[in-house]
Amino acid sequence: MDNKKTGFHISSGRLIDPLSRRDEIGDLYVAGGKIVDPTDFPADFQWLRIDAQGLIIAPGLIDMHVHLREPGETRKETIRTGTLAAAAGGITTVVAMPNTIPPTDNPDTITWIRKKAEKEAVVKVYPTGCITEGRRGEKLSPFQSLVQAGAIALSDDGNCVQNSRMMYLAMEFASILNVPILDHCEDTALSNGGVMNEGYWSTLLGLPGWPSVAEEIMVSRDILLCEKTQARIHLQHLTTEGSVRLLREAKKRGIPISAEVCPHHIALTESALRDYDTRFKMNPPLRGQKDREALIEAIVDGTIEVIASDHAPHTVFEKEVEFEKAPFGVVGLETLLAVCLKELYFSKKMSLLDLFSRLTLGPSRVLGLPQPSLDYGSSADLILLDLGAEWTVEASQFLSKGRNTPFEGLSLKGKVVLTMVEGQIVWKMEGKDLVVK
Amino acid sequence: MQKLKLDEIKRKWKRKDLISLEQLDRSEIETILLIAKDFKKKLKQNEPIPSLMGHTAVALMVEPSTRTRVSFEIAAQKLEISFLSIDYKSSSIQKGESLKDTVKNLEALGIDYLIIRHPAAGSPYFLSKLLQISVINGGDGAHEHPTQGLLDLMTVEEHFGTVSGLNILIVGDILHSRVARSTFWALSKYGAKVRFVGPKTMLPVYFRDFGAEISYDLDQSLPDADCIVLLRIQHERQKTELFPSLNEYIASYGLTKQRLAKCKKDVLIMHPGPVERGVEIESELADSEKSAILRQVENGLAVRMAVYYLLSRNKAT
Repeated sequence: MDNKKTGFHISSGRLIDPLSRRDEIGDLYVAGGKIVDPTDFPADFQWLRIDAQGLIIAPGLIDMHVHLREPGETRKETIRTGTLAAAAGGITTVVAMPNTIPPTDNPDTITWIRKKAEKEAVVKVYPTGCITEGRRGEKLSPFQSLVQAGAIALSDDGNCVQNSRMMYLAMEFASILNVPILDHCEDTALSNGGVMNEGYWSTLLGLPGWPSVAEEIMVSRDILLCEKTQARIHLQHLTTEGSVRLLREAKKRGIPISAEVCPHHIALTESALRDYDTRFKMNPPLRGQKDREALIEAIVDGTIEVIASDHAPHTVFEKEVEFEKAPFGVVGLETLLAVCLKELYFSKKMSLLDLFSRLTLGPSRVLGLPQPSLDYGSSADLILLDLGAEWTVEASQFLSKGRNTPFEGLSLKGKVVLTMVEGQIVWKMEGKDLVVK
Repeated sequence: MQKLKLDEIKRKWKRKDLISLEQLDRSEIETILLIAKDFKKKLKQNEPIPSLMGHTAVALMVEPSTRTRVSFEIAAQKLEISFLSIDYKSSSIQKGESLKDTVKNLEALGIDYLIIRHPAAGSPYFLSKLLQISVINGGDGAHEHPTQGLLDLMTVEEHFGTVSGLNILIVGDILHSRVARSTFWALSKYGAKVRFVGPKTMLPVYFRDFGAEISYDLDQSLPDADCIVLLRIQHERQKTELFPSLNEYIASYGLTKQRLAKCKKDVLIMHPGPVERGVEIESELADSEKSAILRQVENGLAVRMAVYYLLSRNKAT
């Protein structure tokens, strides 16, 4: 399509724009990759009309916690398959985690990912650089080179820097560069090889427990270091009531810290593990009902400003093993939005505006990206969502290579029917022809 | 004892596998014990035992085992089941083959029962979903050891005539013990009051949610105990030392003659073995008339025969 002469006129949809707090029926015009004012265009400009009657028009989601597995583990996922899955899930920007092979502890790997994404990705991909070399927690990575090469943030995700001095220094250097540090909070001496939440269920099942306090100790440490350094610290995938309490107190004291939660931690609890099903094995693990409720409360009141998928694909054969041997992680790109709709919107806990805020504005603010919006001049990264569409999760239908979903068989409502990145349609639901000829 | 209609009992049995006692209801446990007692009597009186000739059992021991493996083997022999034991050291698992592939190959060879001992909790669940044949849990990590729980229950019931209302202490490294978990379910489903006793680091409070009592003080718990089940410290499962020193552990939780003096006269001492003499129990006490350790082993044979019998399909000649 020639963007100079044609654009899209998306008509009669319900516009959900968290930045302007707009929730109304209206039309949207897209040209040259941006959302535009049609009156600025000549009368003979060609608008291809997309009928959005009965559909939501919203900014595309930003998923700031995704494992694309490339380079190194293309049997699990590639930049191509991961971003196709993202597009199908309504995600227009992904932040790729650093635990690739090799890890992103050098500018060459960051550059390689960016170039590969330019060629093969269907949504925007931002790489993160490692905090420490090899994610081993022993020596800092070359932050400046990583950021210059295009790293949007620093993280050892999957691992947590155990040495507090190392983390302190990392925060000081990151604050000079004004990039956020994304931390996987786990005191490994306390989690001690645990494979599920420590509690009644781990005791019953005889599985090594990963206690809540192992997360909370690191949350506390990061809060204290954040207070001291004033660096931008973002706590990844929080899971416990205690973490929420610590975060809430820290925010009250004005500490510039942010946090995210994953859909599986707000939808499920540790009792899902009763049959040792490895599809429910993730790090951090599923916790108890009180933790789940505290996370939901924190998302609703804005204490936690980001929802991210922690999409972590694995091959089927890797998960088809003894529970303790199975790798941690679940896929989530294609279920992120619908699970959030179920747990937060259809359950009447949040408005659509607030939910989309956690999925778009929250992450953009943490990462320092342009704030997604439907206003004129904004990048046309957007989705059309059929809120009434009912569907059942079938991993075999995923565009991701990963089949390791904890939501297999779950009935959900709300399906993305079209995803656009910079004005280009990158995904459209099969059999759905929305363009009016 | 009235002559049992074994075939009729077997026909009513619904389960393919024996994985956990927590899963079984009391009537299922009663059925296994009924047959075990009948088999024990038949063995003693040299009466004919049903034959399961034509059946094959394989014990896949991915963790060291002597008494359990031998007990399953002899139980198989008594029922004329062909029995093979695979030691993990000589199995394909050592070459990197997955557990799934190993057991699928065994099933393809036409076996009828797979007895699995594995260091990972839940492995028998995983296998039971993969296989059509019967999976028998011979001990999975710190989860369960159901035949041990059943033989413990049989031993207590045999000794006291009833289990309901008895005060049972299970003492030691509860956290890592699969025996504690199975024996607890067996005894508590029969109405016993079970109290776990051990150091806090080996006895998480979550056991209270099982419906058990918890105590960190053995001396206080001894006077009203009818039966004491001692557990071995699972050094191999402990990633870090959960007690400052072995001597301190013995001083607090070892069963000694002085401690025995605080107990009821007819207290019964049990231990799943292997016994670490001088650690969880003073050597002399392990051999004393109060000890039921060898009777437990004897009952284990009958219990495992009963399990084979109930899980067997109609293949026997």
